[in-house]
Amino acid sequence: MNIKSEVSCLVGGMQGEGIESVGEILAKALGRNGYYLFGYRNFSSRIKGGHSDFHLRIGKDPVYNASERFELILAFDHESIELHQRSLIDGGVILFDPKTVKIDQITIRGGIQSIAFPFSDMAAELGSKQMKNMVAVGAACALFDQPIGVFGDAVREQFAKKGEAIVEKNMAAVKKGHEFLQELMDTRFPLEKQPQSGQRLFLSGNDAISIGAVLGGCRFMAGYPITPASDILENLVQMLPNYGGVAVQTEDELAAIAMVIGAGYAGTRAMTATAGPGISLMQEAIGLAGATETPIVIVDTQRGGPSSGMATKIEQSDLHAMITGTHGEAPRIVLAPSTVEEAMLDMPKAFNLAEKYQCPVFVASDLVLSTSKQTCEMANLQLEDIQIDRGKRVAETELAMSGDRVYKRFAITDDGITARSIPGQKKGMHHVTGIEHGPTGHPSENPANRVAQMSKRARKLQCVPMNDAIKYEGIPQAEVLLIGFGSTYGAIREARLWMQKEGAAVGHVHVRMLHPLPAAEISQYTEKAKTIIVVEQNSTGQLANLLKQHISIHAKLHPCLKFDGVPISPSEITSFCRELI
Amino acid sequence: MATLHDYRMDITPNWCPGCGDFSVLAAIQKAAVNLNIEPENFVLQSGIGCSGRISGYLNVYGMHTMHGRSLAVAQGVKLANRDLTVVCAGGDGDGFGIGGNHFVHAARRNIDITYIVMDNQIYGLTKGQMSPTSPKGFLTKSSPEGNPESPISPLQLALSANASFIAQGFSGDIKHITSLIEQGIRHKGFAFINIFSPCVTFNKVFTYDFFKQNIVNLDDDPQYDSTDRTMAFDKVEQTDGFVKGLIYRKERMDFVDALPGRSGKENLSNQDLQLSADQVQNLLQRYM
Repeated sequence: MNIKSEVSCLVGGMQGEGIESVGEILAKALGRNGYYLFGYRNFSSRIKGGHSDFHLRIGKDPVYNASERFELILAFDHESIELHQRSLIDGGVILFDPKTVKIDQITIRGGIQSIAFPFSDMAAELGSKQMKNMVAVGAACALFDQPIGVFGDAVREQFAKKGEAIVEKNMAAVKKGHEFLQELMDTRFPLEKQPQSGQRLFLSGNDAISIGAVLGGCRFMAGYPITPASDILENLVQMLPNYGGVAVQTEDELAAIAMVIGAGYAGTRAMTATAGPGISLMQEAIGLAGATETPIVIVDTQRGGPSSGMATKIEQSDLHAMITGTHGEAPRIVLAPSTVEEAMLDMPKAFNLAEKYQCPVFVASDLVLSTSKQTCEMANLQLEDIQIDRGKRVAETELAMSGDRVYKRFAITDDGITARSIPGQKKGMHHVTGIEHGPTGHPSENPANRVAQMSKRARKLQCVPMNDAIKYEGIPQAEVLLIGFGSTYGAIREARLWMQKEGAAVGHVHVRMLHPLPAAEISQYTEKAKTIIVVEQNSTGQLANLLKQHISIHAKLHPCLKFDGVPISPSEITSFCRELI
Repeated sequence: MATLHDYRMDITPNWCPGCGDFSVLAAIQKAAVNLNIEPENFVLQSGIGCSGRISGYLNVYGMHTMHGRSLAVAQGVKLANRDLTVVCAGGDGDGFGIGGNHFVHAARRNIDITYIVMDNQIYGLTKGQMSPTSPKGFLTKSSPEGNPESPISPLQLALSANASFIAQGFSGDIKHITSLIEQGIRHKGFAFINIFSPCVTFNKVFTYDFFKQNIVNLDDDPQYDSTDRTMAFDKVEQTDGFVKGLIYRKERMDFVDALPGRSGKENLSNQDLQLSADQVQNLLQRYM
């Protein structure tokens, strides 16, 4: 039998049927068997009903994106087959539930096996139809030739709260699915055995962002429910009280960011998390944070826009809103994580930058990064290295010696950064306002002061360190250069590896800080490249335009754009490249 | 011990001579001194408009924020550090028009801040347009044929939003508003104080004389019970809102105490942010 270094499966059914729990348990168990996982959830803006599916990629080596091809489809509805059978490998298997799938109504393509597997009936026999998901887990486990033992632990953890009887029943369902598959067929997709590894996490970008926030000293979060950012609010409502903090749900996004500005001003590390329409509503406040030099962190889990757009679909189209959004010109920093590990570590970094440069810091996530789950190696995180840097704060002793009645919070300095005083600090009183102001924060329309204050705020960003502002992978002197940001990292990486295998000299710059743009760092690679392909999930090429604004690469730059709401695949990138080169 | 001098800022307000906001500024400063609050522990947020400029006219931690959002900013400050005295001030357009949503929610949240609205029934800084408290038929630059809309009743709105302290005063009686502000600051919960603060330039109807002649003083009504919400609602109805004094007050748990795990804890702004190895382990546990 052909041993595989990776396999993928798709579980599909009606939304609300617990499709994701199949993936959860498979992922948990396989993760403990040492495999790397990537789980992508395709869902709609509704609670129950409508098709939804979960893609799970299981690899011996790290995986950063969903696979384009599956070995197995577990189908609880027609769409799972109709939409995805073309993605099955030749020799792939569909296990469908005859209770909900009328197979004679579907044309099955050649070269694959579709087999009725009575998930619902078997579950019903064991006491509850809901357990059909666990029967499916057992079947997948057998098909991938995995020992069943480790699944027991995963099931136990999933259902422990519901009592021993429920745990036992669900374990029986897994066992039954496992046995039935073994009797049913000989086909297997055995995975190469993986030695036990170091400690790992399996979590979504939103989970990582939430953890990263707490690690980074965030003690206040205000948010308004919005897809796909709500998990962050829900996570932090639970997590923060354990670390002396609090998360509150506000009446709207306007209140959320305004509260964050208040808390940031009062000396707490504070953040909000939102998407699309929320970012639009927050624009005015971004200007206030910029003008008052208040540290705040904003997570934007980008989704399809404009307006309500496509709330449950990927897009990377808020670059302009993050980089230049708000009226007038206000400083800000925009970080762009591309893996769950980076999502976690960018949060402490964002809080440090916000306090150091006293400005809003965006963390530009996107729907795929925020909602997909990935394996994360603890050893790579080096959480013990996280440092908290509170930036320039004026000391009590300095204030005590000062002859000023009002603290010069906005005194002009060489690097543009003035030490903050925090409410409660004696003799630190001052005024902050969105109106142009002098050193004490009181309104001023004096032309010279205006220029001095605008320049001061702009100057701060010139000092932002550029280390880790990009990551580069591939051949050092690449002729073909792929550039992207955010969750497309996995697809670009896989496309690069395929093209390299074919002998192409390909490199990959992934931009990790979108503003201020690390133009010099990117230029090192663009200068040598003959063809530059900017991969992004929007319709106007926002990153491509940004690069053109800073680097003279117009003639050799080709935007590879996708804005249909579906994550870009490696083969879409390679076909785009092949047409060009 | 803080003195009035400590609270003074050597900046001349840009308000018109005779503006009602001068009295509100003086009353806030006097109330803070009477309550012996040190200026460094006093944070004043303000919105946008003539009255919004108030945050720059006293020497505290002053925050001039966004049009309509000062209450939200104020709540963030209070949540971060509950030891601070947080007072928020602005106009009727700021608080009931563009910021109306935050007013309702701050009230029901019962966060421990004092919200002072300088209500002049007009937009002054933009030179005389109708506001959410302008009466029906009111003639302004944006309603030359008379205001086609009915005004909101700030007091009844606050009552229905479950505000735990509601008072109203008039700029012409500085002693009275000082007392209301003191009571509002002492009240543990959301305190709303609406102050009729005449615009001498753009509002020729609701003048000092108008209020002197028409406002009903609750102190003159020995039967009035400010703990009775129904009575409060009726009183506002009967007086068409032209009433001054403590309208309603009820002790109710403040927001910070109501938050899970927050009561009696160290302020957010005062914490050691570096986590121990055990804390990190606990944070990650559910994802292992």
